[in-house]
Amino acid sequence: MSTAFLEQFTTARPEGPAWLSKVRARAMASFQSAGFPTMRNEDWHFTNPAPIAESTFEAMRAPTGAVTADHLTPFLFGERTWPRLVFINGRYAPSLSRVEALDGIKVMSLAVAFREEPSLLERHLTHHADIDDPAQVFTAINTALMHDGAVIQVQKGVTAAEPIELLFISDSAAEGGASHPRVLVVAEPQSQATIIEQYAAVGGRKYFTNAVTEAVVGDGATLHLFRLQQEARDAFHVGTTVVKQSRDSHFLSFSFATGADLSRINVYAGLHGQGCGATLNGLYMLGGSQHCDHQTRIEHLEPDCYSRELYKGVLDGSSHGVFNGKVYVHPAAQKTDGKQTNNTLLLSERARIDTKPQLEIFADDVKCTHGATVGRIDETALFYMKSRGIPNSEARKLLTYAFAAEVLETIPVDALREGLERLTLQRFTGTTG
Amino acid sequence: MLHISELRASVSGKEILKGISLDVEAGEIHAIMGPNGSGKSTLAQVLAGHPGYEITGGSVTYRGKDLFEMEPEERAQAGVFLAFQYPVEIPGVSNAYFLRSAYNEIRKARGEPEKDPIEFLDVVEERLKLVDLDDSMLSRSVNAGFSGGEKKRNEILQLAVLDPMLAILDETDSGLDIDALRTVADGVNKLRRKDNAFLVVTHYQRLLNYIVPDHVHVLVDGRIARSGGKELALQLEERGYDWVTAEQGAGA
Repeated sequence: MSTAFLEQFTTARPEGPAWLSKVRARAMASFQSAGFPTMRNEDWHFTNPAPIAESTFEAMRAPTGAVTADHLTPFLFGERTWPRLVFINGRYAPSLSRVEALDGIKVMSLAVAFREEPSLLERHLTHHADIDDPAQVFTAINTALMHDGAVIQVQKGVTAAEPIELLFISDSAAEGGASHPRVLVVAEPQSQATIIEQYAAVGGRKYFTNAVTEAVVGDGATLHLFRLQQEARDAFHVGTTVVKQSRDSHFLSFSFATGADLSRINVYAGLHGQGCGATLNGLYMLGGSQHCDHQTRIEHLEPDCYSRELYKGVLDGSSHGVFNGKVYVHPAAQKTDGKQTNNTLLLSERARIDTKPQLEIFADDVKCTHGATVGRIDETALFYMKSRGIPNSEARKLLTYAFAAEVLETIPVDALREGLERLTLQRFTGTTG
Repeated sequence: MLHISELRASVSGKEILKGISLDVEAGEIHAIMGPNGSGKSTLAQVLAGHPGYEITGGSVTYRGKDLFEMEPEERAQAGVFLAFQYPVEIPGVSNAYFLRSAYNEIRKARGEPEKDPIEFLDVVEERLKLVDLDDSMLSRSVNAGFSGGEKKRNEILQLAVLDPMLAILDETDSGLDIDALRTVADGVNKLRRKDNAFLVVTHYQRLLNYIVPDHVHVLVDGRIARSGGKELALQLEERGYDWVTAEQGAGA
């Protein structure tokens, strides 16, 4: 079952320095010995990766060249001045990208970074994402086969004036192929940056995106990392974000997931210094037979840190959502303040959510809460709206939007928040979705 | 305008309304009074189309149409309005959006053109004064975090904006201090016209000092035990509901 990726590994000879070749070999060996996870693996209990495991994905074919700047308009939220890197079928597309010299900020493709920033990569790339855990074989596969992606370094004390957009697009040549985009973000001490990482299709239908992002947030630095998964409806998507936070740093993650037939999104934050804050929010909206699984893990390793988590889901049709959120509080992490919430709205009798918020606390002086709700449209509110003349279908849409909007309101980037609010409103007023 | 005949309704198998007959004509204000549990609020909610009640007998015609053939939104579009006893909080939907949606749906139903947000603001600004609310409330979510008094005034604001033919006020006075009560009553009095009607459901007589009814009906155990003019409300204030209850018991 796993021979396709092995063949690609042996025939394609992925590029990169010697140290990376060793890591790649170890990653491939790890995948070969573990194989794809099954639902017997606790971390995959509610998601069956068999549709991915049983498909034979080819190496991603080169783009058709048909994707133009106009095609990208729906996926660009900000001002035209925002820096952006565009990738088609996992390959950097310089003509669609916009990278100008920025003071104290390096934004480049991974392939370029192999040549220009070897020491930065050697210090960080593959150091944070786990390739040995059998539950993380997709990270191992990405590590073995990564070919291109983005590298962003924000230097000490520098504040990025504008969000940086990373756009991973699959075109019609992506059919039956797999890409393994890799992103590395290094926010040096006291720096601030916002990154919008987006996965979508222009013509692609059935393909597999297997993405890994590693981020390092230095002392006192702030990183906001938005992740938008709007893949084609028949596509597969596995994405893993691993963040290492140092003292007094702040990390905000937002996962917006509406695409793909089967998707699994992992967000792992490690709070390795005192006084850190991590906020992990997300919104998943599914319909038809879509399946989307979010696994988050927040590790409190040091004292005086906080974490906040709010994931909301809107499930229609016979879709299946999964939320598995773990918060570990290590013995040293006294005064940890953690709050985790998962709320799901079911719009149909056949839609299903498996939610599993987990707290594991090994320190004695902490304040941690978690909770999950699963509900349907509030009939009292529905009657109230109808009693004012608003038709049933409109009232339902408005209440659904309002449910989703609560978590979108947490997005501090105005253009992105308004863009996602618009997308969400359109979804429930019938023009799309 | 509204003809209720032998109306019976139950909730989860328990009969609450046990044969109510009542006629309300344009230009009239009717007060429905009665002790707790007598069915006053049930009557109000049944008329608005609350899905929690089952109609087990009788009929209601509103402006010549069978009210029970109409969905709640159709009733509203036809000019029926219920000011809720417990207004519902809707986080995430702004008052401005909610009010304008309702207003335009009702205009659509009347064959009138919809108003855009700017035009609508003019309509709403004027009505805000009527209930002494600040326009900052428009950007807040519907009733979310509102005080009890604000919620009730918001109900009257909606009443003023939607301009119904038949307004049903369900214990709008409960939880209001005397100043808020006056504001609410003044608002209602200003909205009173020859071609509209009010059904005022209340436990206490004090609201009726400000909104003076043409007719007063006392509901006891799901039936109208007594009807009269505005003086009946004063009698109830003096003698309490026990007086009517005892009388009804003796007559049965």
